[in-house]
Amino acid sequence: MKSTQVLLRVGQAILVLLAAFTLAFILLTALPGDAVTTRYSNPELGLSEAEVSQIRESYGLDQPLIIQYFMTLANFLTGNFGYSVNSGTAVSNLMKSALPGTLTLAFLAFAASIVLAFCIAFASTLPGQGWLRRTVRALPAFMSSIPSFLIGIVLIQMISFQLGWVPVYGASNLQDLILPVLTLAVPISAPLAQVLVRSIDEVYTQPFVQVIRARGASERWIFFHNVLRNAMMPAITIAGVLFGELVSGAVVTEAVFGRAGLGNLTVQAVANRDTPVLLAVVVTAATAYIIINLIVDLLYPVLDPRLCRKANS
Amino acid sequence: MKTAYTKPTALLAYLILATAILWSLAPGLFTQGDPIIGDDRALLAPSATHWFGTDSVGRDLYTRVIYGARNSLLGALVAVLVGLIIGTSLGVIAGTLRGKAETIIMRIVDVLLSIPSLLLSLAVLILLGFGTMNAAIAVGVTSIAMFARLVRSQVLSVVSSDYVEAAYGVGSTRTAVLIRHVLPNSLTPVLALVALQFASALLQLATLGFLGYGTPPPTPEWGLLIADSRAYLATSWWLTLLPGAVIVAVVLAANHISHIINQEGQV
Repeated sequence: MKSTQVLLRVGQAILVLLAAFTLAFILLTALPGDAVTTRYSNPELGLSEAEVSQIRESYGLDQPLIIQYFMTLANFLTGNFGYSVNSGTAVSNLMKSALPGTLTLAFLAFAASIVLAFCIAFASTLPGQGWLRRTVRALPAFMSSIPSFLIGIVLIQMISFQLGWVPVYGASNLQDLILPVLTLAVPISAPLAQVLVRSIDEVYTQPFVQVIRARGASERWIFFHNVLRNAMMPAITIAGVLFGELVSGAVVTEAVFGRAGLGNLTVQAVANRDTPVLLAVVVTAATAYIIINLIVDLLYPVLDPRLCRKANS
Repeated sequence: MKTAYTKPTALLAYLILATAILWSLAPGLFTQGDPIIGDDRALLAPSATHWFGTDSVGRDLYTRVIYGARNSLLGALVAVLVGLIIGTSLGVIAGTLRGKAETIIMRIVDVLLSIPSLLLSLAVLILLGFGTMNAAIAVGVTSIAMFARLVRSQVLSVVSSDYVEAAYGVGSTRTAVLIRHVLPNSLTPVLALVALQFASALLQLATLGFLGYGTPPPTPEWGLLIADSRAYLATSWWLTLLPGAVIVAVVLAANHISHIINQEGQV
């Protein structure tokens, strides 16, 4: 890829990010009216109008919308996400303390989902046309049809209550992670396994596989050295989709298991109509999504030399 | 003629979906019970009188699942319609006008795709307030981008074909071409996406209901039914597993129908 192309792609990503910020700002700040007035003009709080307008001023809500927009944008660029309407805490502090829990969960679940997806993909290539093969091949579609909160609840029911393998109360940190990680891994591994199985099938139909087989390579050698390496390329392109699943799944998983983290922060923010917190969460997630897709776009031709050759010829 | 549309798994998918639709249209045909007021002991296990057992206040769970179908399916239908109508319009405009309009619309689509769907629907929900229809609209917003992308690419591929050029040659207008050629040719993939998004909307609505942002209690809704069961996990498995099995069955059926439409091509 030429450097001008790279620059163009980066510029495009920045534009989309700016637009995502604008959309989130319109949805969460411009349209709903201001959260402060709704919250503090409640007669039970007994605040006078002057006091309410003072609070509004402290949040910068007395400014015209367009000024608020640019002020918020400037603040976001310097890492200042504003203050929670509900608790008055800086949103960046809230997110900083919530991040480690969610990152641990997300990282472990992502790793588990890759293992799970590869197991399904490998099992789907095993010889035979029997019910086992059909079951394995139907598994990704089945896994993506289960609501993730149901997976979490059923896991608690079976593994904690019926089998007693993971204690419900007084579990260690590690034990506390097992069920949430499994819960989150299922919805992520489903699309990954689907893409892997499909692209493995495709690679098997290509002539070079026949050539290697004719030279006497074993089926296992062909699978691990030739087919899998080629089949992994399309899986990388759905990284953005997987990230979306990861975020949505983390929100639900943290709600089901009552874990502290970004997901729980989001659920609380929605329940309290705490728009500054939700704005920060939405913009952060969109930023991560856009960066991931940018990396995939830039990396793809590097990983697949065929694309480079095609682009140059 | 044996096609994917008449395979046993396809027939099973139709049967499941048809049952769920009948439940939502005429719940009284399937159960005599009352979905809101309980008339038996609480937390009874499934039996001949209570097929799905009873919940924490003695309501028949089977009755609540059947009455819940209306909220869940209607919500999913509204969500798909929101995505279909807005998304298709955007896609058609982008594909036919081209130029600046197309660039702007497709960037908007990129932006909609860049926000994870649950967060986007939560942002819309904060704006609209909680409730069945608002949750449906919020979920619908997340599917606009998919419809817009698909329809635009369909329009582009049809418009560049020879027979469309011929149609213009014999004096067709742009609108006539849209109705005579683009629409019929786009029907199959759009229908497949409708089925897929219906399944996804059911899942997302159940999630919003589970988090407590959808239908308010005591009205039954499938996600809410499972949320209510959380306090009785250790003792009453039927409260989660049976409504859960119903959701999974309907979602699987809709996904499968989408899969066969895509596989078979023409409807």
